[in-house]
Amino acid sequence: MSNRWLVLMANSGSDRLRALFSISRDEDRAVLLPYLTAGIPTVDASVELFVAMADAGADGFEVGIPYADPLMDGPVIMRAGEQALDAGVTVPVALEVVRRVVDETGKAVLVMTYVNPVLRRGIDTFFGDVATAGAAGVIIADLPVDEAEPFLAAAHEVAVGMALFVSPMTSAARLDSVISCGPDFVYGIAEVGVTGERTEASSNVGALAESIRAKSEVPIVFGVGISTPVQAHAAALHGDGVIVGSAIVRRVLDAATPDAARESLSVFVAELAAAMSR
Amino acid sequence: MRLERPDQRGRFGEFGGAFAPETLMPALEALEIEFTNAWRDDSFRGELDGLLATYVGRPTPLYHADRLSKQLGINLLLKREDLAHTGAHKINNTLAQGLLTKRMGKKRVIAETGAGQHGVATATACALLELECVVYMGEKDIERQALNVYRMKLLGATVVPVTSGAGTLKDAVSAALRDWVASVATTHYIIGSVVGPHPFPWMVREFQKVIGEELKEQMDAPPDVIVAPVGGGSNAMGVFYPFVGMDGVDLVGVEAAGLGIASGLHGASIGEGSPGVLHGSMTYMLQDEFGQVLEAHSISAGLDYPGVGPEHAYFNDAGLVRYVNATDAQAVEAFHLLARSEGILPALESAHALAWIVQEASQLSGRTVVLNLSGRGDKDVQQVARLDG
Repeated sequence: MSNRWLVLMANSGSDRLRALFSISRDEDRAVLLPYLTAGIPTVDASVELFVAMADAGADGFEVGIPYADPLMDGPVIMRAGEQALDAGVTVPVALEVVRRVVDETGKAVLVMTYVNPVLRRGIDTFFGDVATAGAAGVIIADLPVDEAEPFLAAAHEVAVGMALFVSPMTSAARLDSVISCGPDFVYGIAEVGVTGERTEASSNVGALAESIRAKSEVPIVFGVGISTPVQAHAAALHGDGVIVGSAIVRRVLDAATPDAARESLSVFVAELAAAMSR
Repeated sequence: MRLERPDQRGRFGEFGGAFAPETLMPALEALEIEFTNAWRDDSFRGELDGLLATYVGRPTPLYHADRLSKQLGINLLLKREDLAHTGAHKINNTLAQGLLTKRMGKKRVIAETGAGQHGVATATACALLELECVVYMGEKDIERQALNVYRMKLLGATVVPVTSGAGTLKDAVSAALRDWVASVATTHYIIGSVVGPHPFPWMVREFQKVIGEELKEQMDAPPDVIVAPVGGGSNAMGVFYPFVGMDGVDLVGVEAAGLGIASGLHGASIGEGSPGVLHGSMTYMLQDEFGQVLEAHSISAGLDYPGVGPEHAYFNDAGLVRYVNATDAQAVEAFHLLARSEGILPALESAHALAWIVQEASQLSGRTVVLNLSGRGDKDVQQVARLDG
C-alpha cells in the first residue's frame, strides 16, 4: 500500500503525522505543506483551494485559525486573518474548514493557532476539538517550550501531534529542552523574523537541521520566509517538510476571483512540489 | 503577599510568564541575566541615580493641594511625576532601559507608544545615549496626540504609524514585537509599561518603584490611600509597590470606564476582563468568547489598552490592591477641576484617578490621600478643547 493511502487510512492524528513523514523518508524528498488561513477568501472557496492544492501535489497542509493579534505573522497573513475574522471565521468555523479539508483531501492537516484561543476554549477541550476535526497536529506560534507541558500532555491524550519551535537564535540548552519534551515534530524557523516573503534562500536551514539531528530523529518542518521554489528546494534538502505560507496567501488575496486564485495556486503548488526532491 | 520577584517561569502566582515566539526567547533570557547583573552593579545604579537626579529632576515634589483638599474635605497630596523631565513618569524606565541597552552592546531601540509619553521619553533617552530610536504608534493615537508625535521627531526618533486593528496602543505593542522578532540580534525593545513577557513586567516595576520609595521618604507617616491610574499600569506599580501589604494603606488603581462599563466601550481589563495571554504574558484582558482580543476604548490614549500588567492581576486576586474605574466624562471634568483649583493641567490618564477621588470624596472624608499625578496634560489640551467646542 502506498504511503499516501497510509495517511488516509490512519486512525489518529499522530498516525497521520507519522505516515506523512514516512513519505519523506521513503521517497527521499521533503513533504510540501502549504499554509492558508481558514475561510480565505470564503469558507467554501478555501476548502476548494485546499482540494486544488492537493491535486497539484501538496502532501498535507497547515490551516491557520484567524487571530486578532498574530505576533509571529507578517503583513500578508495578518491581513488574511483580519479579513477572515471580519467575515465571521471563528475558531469553530475554522475547525469545520479543517474537518472538510481532511475529509475531502485525505491529507494530513496541521492546525496553526496562537495560545489564547486554546486557553479560552480550555486546553483539553481544544485538543479534543482538533482531534474530532481529524487534524494530524497542532502548531502554536507563541508557545515556547517553557510553557508547553500542559499542551503536549493534552495533545498526547487525544493522539494529536504537537510541534515545538527551534530558531536560528535557539541556544544548545534550549534545544535540549525542546528535544527532551518529546515533540512529534520540530518547526524549524528558517528566517529570523515574522512570516513573510524573502528574496534570498535561507542560509540557516542546514545548520539548524544539523544541530537538531545531532540530538534526535524527530521530523523537522521548515517554515518562515520560504516563498519560492528555489527557497523551498533549499529547505527540502535539509528538512522533512517545507511550509510555504505568505506566498500562497498573497496569491489568494490578490486574485480577482476564487477561480483565478485556484488557477494561480495550482500552478504555484505544482512548481513547489517539483522542488521537494533532494 | 508581595513578591520580591516572579518565580523561575516569570510568574506572579498564575499570572505573567513568557508566551513569545521562540525567536525572542533567547533574548528574553539574556535580558533577564543582564538586568539582574546590572541591578546589582553599583556603577550601573550610580549612573542611573545620577541621571535621575540631575537630568530627570528626581525626587519629584510631593505637593499638598490645599484648595482642592478644602473643596473635597480630604487631605490631598499630589506626587508630581508630571514635573519629571519630558512630563511623565515614563522617563524613569526609559533611561534605565537605555543604559541597559548600551550595556548589552545594542545600538538600536524600538518602542511602542499610546499617548506618546513613553515614545517621547524613549526618544529622549535615545538622544541622550546616542541610540537609534524607532517608535511604533497607532494611527488613531498619532491623530489625537499630534504634539507628542512632533516632539519625538524633534528628538531624532522615527515614528512609524500602525494601521492594523483599531490603530491604538495594543496594535503599537504588537507592531513593536513583530519588529523585535526580526531585529532581536541588534535591537532592544524598551517596552513602556509593566506588561509583556518576563522579565519586562518585573524589570519595569523595579525601574518605576522609585516613585513609591520617594513618597515614603517624603511623608512622616504612610498615607491612608494612594490612588493611581491603570492602563498597562507602570505608574501605579511604581507608586504602589513599596506600600503593597502595608497595614492601613488602601491602594486604589483606576481603570478607564470609557463611555461607561455598560456600553462595552472601556479599558477596564481587571474589572471586566478575564485571564488570558496578551503580548506575551498571562493576565486579565478584554477578549471575546473565542479568545480574540477585543479593542479597548478610552479618551485617554494611555489607558486605551485591553490588558494590564500581570503583577496587577496578581495584586487584584490577592486582594492587595483595589481596582475601580472612571469614565471619559468624569476624567474630563476632573481635568478642568485640577486646572481651576490648583493651576495644574493633568494628563487625562491622571485625571481618571482624580475623578475617582472626587466621586468617593464623602467616603474619603478627613483621610490623607495621595494621587499619583503620572503626567502633565499639555498633550491633551487640543483634545479637551475639541470636546469643549
